[in-house]
Amino acid sequence: MQVIIDFLVSLNIPYVTEGVARFIVLLVFAGVVAVAAPAGLIILTWLERKIIARIQDRLGPNRAGPFGWLQAFADMIKMFTKEDITPANADRASYNIAPGLAVFSSIMVFAVIPFAPGFAGTYMNVGLLYIIAIGGLGSIAILMAGWSSNNKYSLLGAFRAVAMLLTYEVPMVMALVIVAIATGSMSLVAVTEAQGSMWYVVSMPLVFLIFFLSGVAEVGRSPFDLIEAESEIIAGFHTEYSGIKFGLFMIAEYVHMFALSFFAAVLFFGGWQIPFINVATLPFPIGSILGFLSLIVKVFFFVFVMMWLRGTLPRFRIDQLLDFGWKFLVPLTLVLLIASAFVVRLFSPGSSTGIPVAPGPLSGLGTAGEIIALLITNLVIAVLTMVMVASAARRSRNQALRAVSGVEPMPAGQPGK
Amino acid sequence: MSFDPSQFPFMEIAFWVMTVLALGGGIGVVASKNLFHSALFLIVSLFGVSGYYVLLSAGFLAVVQVMVYAGAIAVLILFAIMFSRRPMEKVSQANHQWWLALLMAVLLFAVLVGIVGLVDWPTDGGPEPAAAATTVQQLGVAFLGSYLIPFMVVSILLSVALIGAIMLAREKLEAEEMN
Repeated sequence: MQVIIDFLVSLNIPYVTEGVARFIVLLVFAGVVAVAAPAGLIILTWLERKIIARIQDRLGPNRAGPFGWLQAFADMIKMFTKEDITPANADRASYNIAPGLAVFSSIMVFAVIPFAPGFAGTYMNVGLLYIIAIGGLGSIAILMAGWSSNNKYSLLGAFRAVAMLLTYEVPMVMALVIVAIATGSMSLVAVTEAQGSMWYVVSMPLVFLIFFLSGVAEVGRSPFDLIEAESEIIAGFHTEYSGIKFGLFMIAEYVHMFALSFFAAVLFFGGWQIPFINVATLPFPIGSILGFLSLIVKVFFFVFVMMWLRGTLPRFRIDQLLDFGWKFLVPLTLVLLIASAFVVRLFSPGSSTGIPVAPGPLSGLGTAGEIIALLITNLVIAVLTMVMVASAARRSRNQALRAVSGVEPMPAGQPGK
Repeated sequence: MSFDPSQFPFMEIAFWVMTVLALGGGIGVVASKNLFHSALFLIVSLFGVSGYYVLLSAGFLAVVQVMVYAGAIAVLILFAIMFSRRPMEKVSQANHQWWLALLMAVLLFAVLVGIVGLVDWPTDGGPEPAAAATTVQQLGVAFLGSYLIPFMVVSILLSVALIGAIMLAREKLEAEEMN
């Protein structure tokens, strides 16, 4: 990006100083991202239909255009031309603002993503927190939509959505904190650059799994798509929406999914890094293009994984979902957070930013030692979790067996009355 | 006539936009007849305040403001409103003590204006604070260093609130089982 700014300045156009050039470049960049993210929706809807169809042994769209890829445009035109209905007793202002706010919050997160070496909307040093903060706006949009529709199913959908978002935000934030601890910074650019030696998915596979699971839940996709469980609450919070406003909610959902794939790629799969090639040192156009391609390939891999999950897994029940979040993911992430902080401190090279911090006792082993120690920590915690879950499952199965065999199991911890 | 882009008052414009958001949202909270709208106006107002933090180069504070207040507390307020009363109804926000509250608010405002006017604020803030990249680390070191005891007290307070909430919820469940 700096290259383009320098180029603009070197043209010596009147009034185009460094600052103005930066402003123009950022404006164009923001415009491109804001158009490209929803435009990716066209590819995503087509891909989703095709992939789900293949998983279910169908052909999927195959009439409109080669391989049916014009189907997405047909859907879009249908969406635009449908009648826009507002329920008579709806709260008009909130009802109309909600879809826009949903799209707004899902596109805003792209501001901090480093797309290629030197290409990021902003080098915000609290990028990780920014993701969470802007994501929270999405839940406000859902609440607004569910409440203002004045429909019981909409309201139920909104309740479910927010309960779920709040639940899965906790493990997600803690997974992000672990990444921040390992990097020593909350900037996504720094996180990408820190993965030059090794991707975080190698040193922290369990953290990645937790992040991705809670991310899928945050996006509200299958198997966590209780927000719009058709068999239970019609279409959830957007039951009353039709036409382009419904389309906006769909755009928000797909852009959200796209954004989550970007985060998984940037935070755990090295962003624009390519193994064994130092992309950042390549000359300007080649390095940027290669880096961007590497990122996009990873992003589409995650998009595919999410579609694959949707095609194979049944939906959770709401109580299972909340139990899984609070009783399994949150304690597990807490243990991981403490262990990771401990390990990273052991290998810390000491103060780097002017704050006096003593180097860790194992800092002589360097980054390789830290990676191996983090990996071992992750694996040990994963195995321990498996053992505990297995023994809990065995206990509950034995209890069920005893109940069936007629011998009443002693209720634990209940004094006789 | 020449136009110098470096003299363009971006900061002043941003400041006034944030002021309109913060104050307008605040007035909306009080004036709105609908409780749900009040909560939404509160979010707008909190956004304006976080904009001030950005203008003061306190990015961390700004993002935390949006995350904690707009993202979490406002959502909980909305949640509570939906559960508490018939949410689509328009109710008057004021009770018979509104004039007392107004009086207190005006008095507080007068006191604040007085303080702001009387204190001789240093206009030359001395050296520029260190690069923003270190502020989070500085905050962390301060929390676990010189401000350890207040930090711990706040942590205990939060734990007490958490446990209290769980106890309240549990008691209700057992009472239901008794019946």
